[in-house]
Order: sequence, then C-alpha cells, then structure tokens
Amino acid sequence: MKIPQAFPVTHPMRIELVHGAGGRASAQLIDQVFLRAFDNPLLQQKNDQARFDVASKRLVMTTDAHVVSPLFFPGGDIGSLAVHGTLNDIAMAGAEPLYLAVSFILEEGLLLSDLKRIVASMARASMAAGVPIVTGDTKVVERGKADGVFITTSAIGTVPEGVNLSANQARPGDQILLSGSIGDHGVAILSARDSLGFSSPTRSDSAALHGLVKQMVSQVPTIRCMRDPTRGGLATALNEICQQSGVGMLIDEQAVTIGPAVQSACELLGLDPYYLANEGKLIAICPAPEADRLLIHMRAHPLGQGATRIGVVTADPQAMVELQTAFGGIRLLDWLNGDPLPRIC
Amino acid sequence: MKYIEEFRDAAMAIALARTIGHEIEPGRTYRLMEFCGGHTHAIYRYGLPRLLPEAIKMLHGPGCPVCVLPIARVDQAIELARLPKVILCSYGDTLRVPGSDRRTLLQAKADGADVRMVYSIDHAVTLASQQPERAVIFFAIGFETTTPPTALAILRAQTLCLKNFFVFCNHLLTPAALDALLADSPNQGSWIDGFIGPAHVSTVIGTAAYRQIALRYQKPIVIAGFEPLDLLQAILMLVRQLNNRRCAVENQYHRVVQDSGNRLALDYMAQVFCQRDTFEWRGLGKIADSALAIRPEFADFDAERRFPLPERPSREHPGCACPAVLRGQLDPANCKLFAVTCTPANPLGACMVSAEGACAAVYAYGRQPIRVPL
Repeated sequence: MKIPQAFPVTHPMRIELVHGAGGRASAQLIDQVFLRAFDNPLLQQKNDQARFDVASKRLVMTTDAHVVSPLFFPGGDIGSLAVHGTLNDIAMAGAEPLYLAVSFILEEGLLLSDLKRIVASMARASMAAGVPIVTGDTKVVERGKADGVFITTSAIGTVPEGVNLSANQARPGDQILLSGSIGDHGVAILSARDSLGFSSPTRSDSAALHGLVKQMVSQVPTIRCMRDPTRGGLATALNEICQQSGVGMLIDEQAVTIGPAVQSACELLGLDPYYLANEGKLIAICPAPEADRLLIHMRAHPLGQGATRIGVVTADPQAMVELQTAFGGIRLLDWLNGDPLPRIC
Repeated sequence: MKYIEEFRDAAMAIALARTIGHEIEPGRTYRLMEFCGGHTHAIYRYGLPRLLPEAIKMLHGPGCPVCVLPIARVDQAIELARLPKVILCSYGDTLRVPGSDRRTLLQAKADGADVRMVYSIDHAVTLASQQPERAVIFFAIGFETTTPPTALAILRAQTLCLKNFFVFCNHLLTPAALDALLADSPNQGSWIDGFIGPAHVSTVIGTAAYRQIALRYQKPIVIAGFEPLDLLQAILMLVRQLNNRRCAVENQYHRVVQDSGNRLALDYMAQVFCQRDTFEWRGLGKIADSALAIRPEFADFDAERRFPLPERPSREHPGCACPAVLRGQLDPANCKLFAVTCTPANPLGACMVSAEGACAAVYAYGRQPIRVPL
C-alpha cells in the first residue's frame, strides 16, 4: 500500500508550531532528535529533571543564553558554542563541570536538517568535554519571533579543595597571563555574514577550557582569578577585573598575540581586536612568583600553547587599564562604548 | 609586503622621532594640524605625542564626517526612518550619532523603525531591488572618500530602473572646509603652522586640490597615510618645509595617492553631484560651497525632494567648546564639559560623538596620567 505524504519527499522538513505543542509531534522530536544525539542514562529516564549525587560540597552553577547570526560559522556553530560557553563559565571558577542542561527556543520554519546538525554538534562538544546533557526543554515560537534557534545552556560543577578564584582578588604586582591569540571568534563570525562580502581564513577559537583550567589550578592553586574574554573582548574582561578588584593594569601591546588574518580584517573594517569576542581563551591572574610556572603549565596544554604574560596589575584607585604601545607610549584601554561598529572611512 | 607591520616598525619610529628632534630649530614651536579624524585616532592609538619632541604641538582638525554632521540632519534622518514602508540604511557609526534630545537612529530602530547598518551602499541598492514595495533610503555622509560609491549606487539604481531607492545626501568637501577654517578669523590661521593632509580623501581628489590653500594662506601641507610611520615622516617633512620657509603641498602617501587623484571616481562624482551654495557643519557653522547635492537629472533618487522635510534648527549644548576644538584652538581636555558630563557613552558635543573625534580620541587613549613603562 502506498503511504500518502503531506509534502513531496524532496520538500525540506521544517519545524512547525506543533513540534512545541507538547503532543505526539513534540515527543517524536525529542525522541528522534534530542535523545538520540545526547543519549545518556539520566536523560533516558525522561523525567522533567535529572537526579544525581555529588561528592563535593562546593558547587558552582551558571547559565548562558546563546544567540548568534549566522547559526553556522567557520570553526563552530551555535550548538558547540552553547556547550563551550557554559562549560567555560564553570571553568573560570577553577571548577570541574559535571552536568549540562539545555533549552531550545525554535523558530517555526527552521529546517529540521539544520536543527539536527546543531544538535549533533552539541552532542559532539558535550562528549568531547566529558560532560553529559542530562535534562532539557524545547519551545517553538511563530516565524519571525526568533532568529532560527536560541539555545540556553546551564551547568553545574564542583570546585576542588583549596581553589578559590574570584575577580575581586587581583592585587598590585600580580601577573596577567593570556592563553592565546585574540579576536579569532569575532572575525570568524563577521566573515560568515553574507552582508560583509568578504571571506577570511580565520576560524572561531570556540573550545571548552575546563581541561586547561584543571591543569592550571592543580599545579598553581593560588591563582587569584580567571575570566574568559568573550563578548566585549580582552579590553572589557580586563576592565571588569580591575573594577571588581579596585586595581589598575598595565598591558604590553607586544605580548598580546593577534593573528595576521584577524589584524587585516580589523584594519579593513575599522574594528579593534581588543574588543572582539573570543570563545576559547582565558585570562589568568596570579601572584608574581608563580607566573613562570603557571605559564609553563598553560603552554603544555593544547589550548594554552600560545599563552603569554601580557602585563601586570597596578595600584590605581581609578581602576583603569593602560596599554604600553610598541613605541613605548602608554595609552588607555577603555571599556567598550556601545557596539563595535565599523568606521565610515 | 603586508602594508601593516612595515609601517608600524618601532625601531624606525623611534629613529624618525629622533631625527625630528634633531631638525627642530631651538626655541621654535611647530603647531601642526592633522585635518582628518583618522589621523587624530592613529596619533593617540600609537601614543605618538609621547614620542615627539615637545616643540611639536599637534592640533586636531574637523575632518571627522560623523562629528561635523549637524544635529538637524540626524533629526531628519530619524524622521525619514519613521515614515511608513521606509527602510533607512547607513554606515556603522552614523547610527549612534545623537540628534535633538539625544535621540539616535539605533533608538529609532528599537522603537520600531526599520533601520539597517550596511557595509556598502551597494547592499542598500540590492535591498531596494529585492523589496520593491518598500522605499530604501540611504543616509549618505562622509567626505570625498565615501562620495564616489554613492554616485555609483545612484547610477546603478538608474540602470536597474529602481523607483524605490533614494539617497539622503550629506556629502562634504574637504578643501572648502580647510579654506573656511583658515579664512574664518581676523588673523587667518595664525594658530596653525602647517597641515597633515587627509589620506583617503586625497586618493580621490589628489594633491593638486590643496595647492591654492597652501599658497593663499602660506601653510605647508603634507598628505600622509594613516600608519604611525607615515605620520612621523609627514611631521618631519613639515618641519623641514617650515625650517626652509617653504609652503608646498607634498605627498608622503605616494604609495596610494596620485597628484591628479582618481580620475574615474572624480568623473562619477561630477556626473551625479553638484555643489550646494552653503551647508551647515556641526561646530563650524555654515560654510559656502562645502557640500554636495544630487543633480536635478537624478532628482528621482533624491530623498530630500521625494520626502520633503522641514528645515530644523540645530541646538547645541551652551557649554560645548566644540567650535574651538574643531578649529584646533582649544585642547579637548581644556573644555569644561570634557570627561565630566561629555563622554563617549553620553556625548554632548560633535567631537565626542565618533571614535575619530578629537575629544573621543583623547578620552579613549589619553586621559590618564602617564606611568613609568614596563
């Protein structure tokens, strides 16, 4: 008997409102897309929550909303980004992530193939990180009320004994280390946007940093604080730490690595790499006597190979970040004002 | 040759600065104005003031197109954006320029107007061809650098027979502004010894365009690129001219700028635009023959004709010292609003609006007491 089909088989399958209505279509979407990709015993219980025991008494918890245009870009996509971003927020406390939770807001009309591609990418990222996605939720909104897909990921993690990282602990004299080059994610996203009409070999640096962090805190537990310079870039992250700790910083421009493709793209567009997002880099601040040893351990990890010592924490009640230029001049490295918009000429 | 690192070589910069130091005449001050905001930005970004001898005093000029855009024109752009069925497009930093009551195009967008940032005016033409039921208005600003693309876009819209593409033209002319800056005082240009001429503008208009000004006002002009070594070399060339009592137009940026400019670009500009009798510059007031309008032959593409807007007065903050800052007569830090009520996040005056404005550059890079280097 011939099975009637609503659409010709060549018609691409898309997300419909019914997929979020909570009925059979929702259940099918969950079974066939999410459970299949994220497969693990806690998720398979299909409860509205995941239940588990933890050994540690010191937990950290975070949540992160992810919106990105375009959904797919060189070096990653919104799925891998949603996993890495949240794991990195956990890792910046010196913690080891345990479990992830995810919620999707899907726009009616999203290609099912795109959703599957994003979910597969999340599954790969979670598997590689060794952190399972144990609970989740999905909603569908009408076409035009979202931008394809929005993903919120939450995570919990445990903090090892003796580790106490916080951005209010930087002290004058401390050394500032950076795990690699800046601006790669920002340029990768810009080059993936059709409207720009320019291409770049730059790939996003999106990566989960908790492995690198584990190595760092186990070797140098006295690290004062870490931060991943995501939105707002290195300049913003440094200014945040200065404000929270009530200190200043002096950064050596020549010690901050900017790849040639990132630099060229920034020159062309009139953007400043210090304000572009990174998704796989971290700043660590540590007491000066530990800096050399910490740098060695960072460089020993694949995600910290390009680590450099970029500057020093100073006493400054105004909490300003200063940059020493290649010519020996000193200038301010201010907070980002508004969005980084391209210049006119 | 990558055309970036080569022009940022620290050792060569220090050597150039030293040569400048050797060549200055004892007891003499060299007051040099960089006309262009891109140069102002570069001077601070690379920390050049610290490198230069004290005898070299850099004055910042009015060449930032976002800064000199009058409040009234921003208000008009916001009004255009709010018309039904209109898509208003413009380049990045135009969108956050505050008009009256500090309203910006970005805020109009949040209120529901269809405002879009484009990287090229060509995208606005494409948008118009894709959405014939909408009127696409391009808010065109800038000096001679951004003018040829606007001319080409209008010609392309004509070829495509588009009836829904319009340009709100605010293009400005550099030599006229330079002339007005010097002419507009009883003691013509007495506070300026020489000029660093614009880089990108000169790629279009060439060097000949400045000759009359150099002659009339007896000021040397050196066209310079935007890199730190370009600027230092141009300063050295100006010092040498001044020492030798010369006032010629010289071209440091000859890897890009030709004496006759870009003939093709100039032809397109002449085909599509004509001079306005007068135009208001924010902070400088009305300047004769200093701006372009769309020629009557292309009236169908002229937003000012298609969507007539009432003239509006521009009201500036009474304490704002931008007119003096834009003329290089007042150091930004000496304006009493600077960094107090006027900041990049909350700009009151023209020079704080764009990153290339003199006040914004000083605020962003130079408002701290200098420390001992690492």
